[in-house]
Amino acid sequence: MSLFDDKKIIIIGDRDGIPAPAIEECLKGTSAEIVFSSTECFV
Amino acid sequence: MFPVIKGAAYILAHTPDMVLHNGTTQTTERTVNPDSEYLKQVPNNLRSFEQFVSYPPNQTFIGNLSPSELGELDLPWYDKQAEGASSDGKYGEIFQQDEFIGWIKLADVFNLVSLEKDFTESIRQSIESREGLSESFRTALGEGVSLEKIEKEIAEKGAEALIHDGKTVGCVKRAHDIDPNLNAHVIFENLVSKASGAMALISLLEKHQIDPLDIDYVLECSEEACGDMNQRGGGNFAKAIAEVAGCKNATGSDTRSFCAAPTHALINASALAQSGIYPNVVIVGGGSTAKLGMNGKDHIKKGLPILEDGVAGFAALISQNDGVHPILRTDLVGKHMVGTGSSPQAVITSLITAPLDRGNLKITDIDKYSVEMQNPDVTKPAGAGDVPLANYKMIAALGVMRKEMERTDIADFTKKHGMVGWAPTQGHIPSGVPYLGFAMQDIMEGKIHRAMIVGKGSLFLGRLTNLFDGVSIVIETNPGQVEEEATVSKDEVRQMVAEAMRSFAASLTE
Repeated sequence: MSLFDDKKIIIIGDRDGIPAPAIEECLKGTSAEIVFSSTECFV
Repeated sequence: MFPVIKGAAYILAHTPDMVLHNGTTQTTERTVNPDSEYLKQVPNNLRSFEQFVSYPPNQTFIGNLSPSELGELDLPWYDKQAEGASSDGKYGEIFQQDEFIGWIKLADVFNLVSLEKDFTESIRQSIESREGLSESFRTALGEGVSLEKIEKEIAEKGAEALIHDGKTVGCVKRAHDIDPNLNAHVIFENLVSKASGAMALISLLEKHQIDPLDIDYVLECSEEACGDMNQRGGGNFAKAIAEVAGCKNATGSDTRSFCAAPTHALINASALAQSGIYPNVVIVGGGSTAKLGMNGKDHIKKGLPILEDGVAGFAALISQNDGVHPILRTDLVGKHMVGTGSSPQAVITSLITAPLDRGNLKITDIDKYSVEMQNPDVTKPAGAGDVPLANYKMIAALGVMRKEMERTDIADFTKKHGMVGWAPTQGHIPSGVPYLGFAMQDIMEGKIHRAMIVGKGSLFLGRLTNLFDGVSIVIETNPGQVEEEATVSKDEVRQMVAEAMRSFAASLTE
């Protein structure tokens, strides 16, 4: 049972950090539901 | 023969009134919350021209304070002054807002900018005495118009006000009654980009004593789009900027990739120069008023002045190999491909180690990495972190994975192979290219041998793709092959002549 199982997840990725698709990939092994995922530029 | 970088120039225009009237954080706030406390606080939290000039990162931007000297100053920097600060720099200069407004007028060839008569007179001397300005633009300020006429244009015809010291001193008129791509706001932003790009190009030509007639091609790499309703991004900023600087033998084109565009332009310019298609290519990017005060709310909340209070521009000249200036290794170019993926490991591999592997180089063989050189004094208080440092840590982490360095060396790597950021958060301006001037100097003085310029761009902001972008290129010491080859070639000729004479003499004695 992972921390993210059965949770609804909002992902805000950072272009100069960890982009959203990479975070999504990490959640694939869980039963979390990604309800929003976006990479943003903070500069 | 690899092409060389022959010069780089950087300009800043201190634009405090444009923070309030043209920065999107402030204009958006005015739309959604016209009585906002923040908007009331903005005018009291703007810096003077003297403060703007003596701000240490700005002195680094124009070449007066080296990145290592800036790195010796503890953050925050907003409360510090660079010793001996000057608006005239080794690689560029800092302009006052009134003069910048004059340059916006100069950049306008369709009589869309009107400046008030007295204001025009107050800036005439500084504008018209500018040596690098093309003759036809020198008198473009004109006589000016009455304030009544300007106010009428703003009130009745949707013109955008030009404000200095809190007073209206001019306006930018719309270029079409209906076309949204030619409305006053778009024309204003495009003229700001053109003017600051032209100022950077002229500074480049003047500082490095380059004849404008020697320029064959200009690549413009800002983040604006000019055109009408039938061709929204038709262009061409490059040729318009070249015209202002009197580059009569040049044509040009615009290249776009958000913040990655300057490094794309650098690579494209290198290819054009190396191939001989265009021997002397300028890359140039003007700045943006939209980004002024972008993080202003956080700055004020934390008791800082608004630090995004200037428009920036840069230009650089790429030419064929002269045996002297640093070479651009067009064989060591990195690219983030469509299929690269977005994990940090994939990104850093594509931009950093893929080109290094082609040259059998290690991560530590690059003396300085110039990445996203955003000023942390601006970004950290706004919660965006230290962008260059984050990039250096990721490069170092890949170095550890490749067993080229120890995990315990990461902190040292970020200091030795990295730099503190100093560039204003003007989108494409901080991206890789701020170090070009110092890179040339450091390489030619033998302080470093090799640098890598890395540009990254947030393509997803345009809502056409979820991808982002990035490219990189290595710059290094010129081995002087041109001279060596010329010497070898002369020697060979001498030898051949001597051999021919010997054999001729031998034939006579036979």
